[in-house]
Amino acid sequence: MPEKNIKSNYEPKIVAFFCNWCTYTAADLAGVSRLKYAPNVRVIRIMCSGRVDPQFILQAFASGADGVLIGGCHPGDCHYAEGNYKMLRRFRLLKRMLKDLGIADERLRLEWISASEGEKVKLVINEMVEQVKALGPLAIPQHLKNINEELKHFPGEEIREEEMAHA
Amino acid sequence: MSENNIKMNGNGTHKSAGTPKIGFYVCHCGHNIASQVDVEDVQKFAAGLPGVTISRDYKYMCSDPGQELIQKDIKELGLNRIVVASCSPLLHEHTFRKAAEKAGLNPYFFHMVNIRENVSWVHDNRESATKKAKDLTRAAIQRVFFHKPLEKKSVPINPDVLIVGGGIAGITAALTIANAGKHVYLVEREPTIGGHMAMFDKTFPTLDCAACILTPKMSSVKAHPNITLWTYSEVEKVEGFVGNYKVQVKRKPRYVIEELCVGCMECIDACIYKEAKYPDEFNQKLSKRKPIYIPFPQATPQVVLFDPETCIDFKSHRCKKTCIESCDRKAIDLKQVPEYKDINVGTVILSTGFKTYNAELSPQYGYGKYPNVYTSLEIERLVNASGPTSGEIVTRDGIKPKSVGIIHCVGSRDQKAHKWCSKVCCMYSLKLAHLIKEHTDAEVYNFYIDMRTPGKGYEEFYDKLMTEGVHFVRGRVAEVSDWALVPEEENKLTIRVEDTMVGMVRRIPVDMVVLAVGLEPREDAGDMRRLFNISCSNEGWFLERHPKLAPVNTFTDGIFIAGACQGPKDIPDSVAQAGAAAAEVLSLISAGSIELEPNTAFITEDNCSGCKSCIPICPYTAISYNEGTKKAYINEALCKGCGTCVAACPSGSITQNLFDDEEIFSEIDGLLKFAGIELEETEAEHA
Repeated sequence: MPEKNIKSNYEPKIVAFFCNWCTYTAADLAGVSRLKYAPNVRVIRIMCSGRVDPQFILQAFASGADGVLIGGCHPGDCHYAEGNYKMLRRFRLLKRMLKDLGIADERLRLEWISASEGEKVKLVINEMVEQVKALGPLAIPQHLKNINEELKHFPGEEIREEEMAHA
Repeated sequence: MSENNIKMNGNGTHKSAGTPKIGFYVCHCGHNIASQVDVEDVQKFAAGLPGVTISRDYKYMCSDPGQELIQKDIKELGLNRIVVASCSPLLHEHTFRKAAEKAGLNPYFFHMVNIRENVSWVHDNRESATKKAKDLTRAAIQRVFFHKPLEKKSVPINPDVLIVGGGIAGITAALTIANAGKHVYLVEREPTIGGHMAMFDKTFPTLDCAACILTPKMSSVKAHPNITLWTYSEVEKVEGFVGNYKVQVKRKPRYVIEELCVGCMECIDACIYKEAKYPDEFNQKLSKRKPIYIPFPQATPQVVLFDPETCIDFKSHRCKKTCIESCDRKAIDLKQVPEYKDINVGTVILSTGFKTYNAELSPQYGYGKYPNVYTSLEIERLVNASGPTSGEIVTRDGIKPKSVGIIHCVGSRDQKAHKWCSKVCCMYSLKLAHLIKEHTDAEVYNFYIDMRTPGKGYEEFYDKLMTEGVHFVRGRVAEVSDWALVPEEENKLTIRVEDTMVGMVRRIPVDMVVLAVGLEPREDAGDMRRLFNISCSNEGWFLERHPKLAPVNTFTDGIFIAGACQGPKDIPDSVAQAGAAAAEVLSLISAGSIELEPNTAFITEDNCSGCKSCIPICPYTAISYNEGTKKAYINEALCKGCGTCVAACPSGSITQNLFDDEEIFSEIDGLLKFAGIELEETEAEHA
C-alpha cells in the first residue's frame, strides 16, 4: 500500500496493547513519575501479551491506526509463564505478512517493558511516534473506501451483487 | 470478519442483556485530571454517544459522594452499564465495581478509563490530552455494550504459610503467624537462622546486645509446635495460585542427621584436622573453621554440618573418619543426599534480605589491597564478644589501632555504584564509632556526605556521639593509600579528603579504615522473583504493589514481602514490615477464601473443531481433549485467565471472560473512530 501525504502537523494514531502485569503497570509508573511523552498512543489493557490475537492488530490497522504497539513482560518474566513467547511467535509471522501487504516495519512494534521501567514506556512511545510520523498516515479505511468505489465501476459488479444476494 | 463479528454478536448481546443504559462519569481528581483534561468537554462528548443515558463529571469519583452518585443513578435511571473515567484500574477498579454491586448491578458491567496515569499525568498539551481522553472514553463506552454479567470464583485459602528467609523479618513473621495458631514452614538457605542480625554485636541507637534480643526468638522458632524449620534448604519449585500454592523445597545434605544431632560438637574436636584451617564464612573469613563445623555458638538449629568442599573424606575417601567414631548418637551420615519436600501452602512471605556492597568495586578505598581496610560487617564481627578476636578490635597485624577512619556511603549515593541511600549506614557507622572508641580509645573519624539520622532516638544518638569526642569530617573520601608524604604517615593508611566544612583538602593518617558498605539486593533476587512470579524494581529490590498503601503486598495475590529484600531497612522497620506481612497473611487465612477475577476462558463446544491447537499452548495444562466428543475442555479451576489460548484458537471457539473478542474489537474501533454499532433500540429511544 503506498504511503504518502506527509503533512507537517500530522499526528499519528497508535493503538497499544499492554499486559496487565508488566507494561500496563510500567505505564502507570510513568504516570506517577510524571514522565511526559507523546499523546498519540491509546492503550488497551489485556491480562497477557499472549492474548493479542493477530486479528486485533489487523483490525486496528483496518480501523485507521497508523501503528500498533504491543508491550509485554521480559522473556522469562511473564506472569503466565510463557504468554509473551507465544506473542513473539505470532508477531514474527505477522510481521512477514504485513511486509507483503506493504505496511512498513516500524508500524508494528513489540517491546518487553517490566513493571519498573516507566522510563522505557516514555522512550518507546516517543521513538515510535517519531518513526510513524516520518512514515506518514497509513489511512487504510480511506484506501478500502477507494477500492470499493473502484469496484463499483468494475464490469462484473452486477453479477457479484447477484451472487451476494443468493448467498 | 471482525466487523461482522461485532454486528452479529452485538445484536445477540443486546437481546440477552436488554437495552444498554450507560452511565458515564468523569473524575476531576482535584486538579490531577482537570488541569490537563477538559473534563466538562469529555462529559459533554460522552453524553452524545449512543447508549449513554447520563453523563456527569465530579470532583472526586472515588469519594463516598462520588460512589453514591453512581448508585443513585443506577437505582433512579435504571442504568445497566457504568463507565468511569478517572485513574488507573489497578487502583480503583475494585472500588467502583463494589459500588455498582451495592446498587444491585453486576460488577462486571463496569469498565474503567484511565485518564490520569495514561493521560493527564503524562501529557502537557491540554488539547491533545482532552482528545485522547475522549477517544479512550468512546472505546470504553463501545466496549461495555458487550459486557456480560459474571460470577466471581471463590477459592479456599490453605491456612499453612511458607516463609522464605529466616532473618529477623522472617523470624518475626513466623512467630506472629505461628502464635495465631497457623502452621508455618520457615525455609532458610544458610545452616542457621538469624540472618545478618546474628552477626551484629550491638544494635543502634539503644546499644542493646543483638544476640540477647535475637537468640531467644531463634530458640522460640525452633521450639514452636506450629513452625516447621528447614534450614540449609532452598525453594525449588512453586506452582499454583493464591490460597493453593504447591511448593517444593530442597533440603541440602548436611551429612548429619538433624533429628539425632544434639550439638555437642564432639565430632568437631575429633576431626582429623587438629587445627581449623578453612575461612569461616560467618566471621567474614576473619577466622578459621574445620570441615565439620557449626556457624556460631547460638546457631539454630544447634546442628553441625560438613563442608564437602574441604572434608578429606569427600575429596579422597581416605579419611579415618574419627568424627563418625566420636558420635555416640550415630548422627553422621556421609551418604546423605538432597531431600525434596513437597508442601501445600496458601500464602507466602518472602524475607530474603540483602547483601552488602562488594567494596572491591570501589578501588579508591583500597579494600582487598591494604589489609587494614575493613568492611563494616567485618568490624561487627571483630567487635563481637563471640567473634574471631573475642571482641578485641585489632588490626590484621594484631595491633590495637590508635586511629580509625570510618568512610560512609561506600557503594551508596554513588553514580558509579548504587544511586540509592542505604539508609542504615550512617547509624551503624555511628554505632561502630562508639564501640571502637569504647573498646580501643582510638581517635575515630567519620567521613560523611550528609549525616542521615531520621528515626526515634537516632538524632539524639548522633548528638551523643558528638560529645564523645568522635571526629566528623564532611566530604567524600577521594582515596585511601599507604603512600607517606610526611613522617607521621609512615606505616599508616592515609585518607585524602576534601573537608567541605573548612574548604581544604586534608590528609588524615589512620591505623584502620572501616568502609560503611551499602545494602544491595541479593544476586539471585531475579531467580526468586521468577520463581514466585513477582516483580523487581530497576535496582533489583522486590517490588511492592503500592509504595504507600500496599508496601508488603506484591502484584501476585498471596505473596508478600518483608524486610530488606524490598529495600534497605533497619531492624525496627524490618520487624514492623514483617508484622504487617503476617497480618496480611492472617487476614487472608481468617477470611477463609478469596474471590478471584472471573477472567477465565471457556470453550463453546459447538464451534470447537477439536484441532487441539490450544492444548500445548496452555502453561497450566488447564485444557484437555475429550476423545469421545472430539472437543477440547478448559478446567476453570486451573485456568488463570491469560487468554493465550483464545488468541490461538483458529475457530474462535474460546472466549475469555472480561476480555472477549467482541469487547476488544469494539474497544479498538472505539479508539480509532466511531464504529457505528447498530443499535435500533437505543436509537428508537432517542427519537
